[in-house]
Amino acid sequence: MSYTFQDIKEAIQTQFGTQVVVSENTALQQPQLVLSKESIKNVCLFLRDDNRFFFDQLSCLSALDNGPVKNTIEIIYHLYSIPFNLFFILKVEVERGDGKEDLPEVPSIVDVWRTADWHEREAFDMYGIKFSGHPDLRRILLPADWEGYPLRKDYTEQEYYHGIKVAY
Amino acid sequence: MSLLDHKFGQGGIVVSQLEDVLNWARLSSLFPMSFGLACCAIEMMQTFTSGYDLDRFGIIPRPSPRQSDVMIVAGTVTFKMADRIRRLYEQMPEPRYVISMGSCSNCGGPYWEHGYHVVKGVDRIVPVDIYVPGCPPRPEALIGGFLKLQEKIRKETLVAPKAVERFLANHTAEQTIA
Repeated sequence: MSYTFQDIKEAIQTQFGTQVVVSENTALQQPQLVLSKESIKNVCLFLRDDNRFFFDQLSCLSALDNGPVKNTIEIIYHLYSIPFNLFFILKVEVERGDGKEDLPEVPSIVDVWRTADWHEREAFDMYGIKFSGHPDLRRILLPADWEGYPLRKDYTEQEYYHGIKVAY
Repeated sequence: MSLLDHKFGQGGIVVSQLEDVLNWARLSSLFPMSFGLACCAIEMMQTFTSGYDLDRFGIIPRPSPRQSDVMIVAGTVTFKMADRIRRLYEQMPEPRYVISMGSCSNCGGPYWEHGYHVVKGVDRIVPVDIYVPGCPPRPEALIGGFLKLQEKIRKETLVAPKAVERFLANHTAEQTIA
């Protein structure tokens, strides 16, 4: 049988308790499950290893800045099960911090799927999300000495980079 | 074709100015450094193919900055790349020329307003001789850029033109006779 969104959600709840699920959004074409950030790694490990689902592939890990008013950043995990052709979307919502010293921190899932390595580095590069437990959390696209995180809503580019004016 | 080219067909002896000979030699063997940055590089590669036969202008791509005298900046110059481009330029022996190919390296192109990562014109890091417009420019346009560069080199002078003007202003014809 093919498992639905509700089946997978209930399986997570029976395994970890109801408190791990913060909210869910089933109105969208691709339903999403918002989890607490402490549970994300164990839930991923469970979904990967459970014989019913076998989510053996992390299709994408991305982030979304909701802006300073809402003051949250979301990390979005797109899972795919190759043997059972299942899709599942997990989300974690955290406070966004000021984008300078104070950065949001989320557990890394590199130990679950190795492909998360570069995805998390990109999310760190663009949004300034710290993934605790990541083996090599450096900027992946921008130069190492770049200031700020460009995909944050309140990002302002620096005036000069190595003596070159940045603005047009 | 320069005056010198015509004279070669006429006889054994060619009389010319040293400047003209040097300029003619320079413009007839432009060696561009083969490196590309973005989609403009695809057009540049096509320009280098046998169909466009750049060899007829003496243009042969070289794989090292130390063997080249033209740098074609073909593509988007990011800030991460800027230091590398400056370094490549510094490794080229003089006289050296820079062709800025395409909108991105001319002025930032489509990234001019929201491209936080793009240098808004490669002339902010290296001096540019020729700007080739286009997004990306067709091979014909790049060849046009090379021809413009040849024209520019043909008019070069060993004596700085400003110095000549100053010399002529200070030494009028009467003074020279006296």
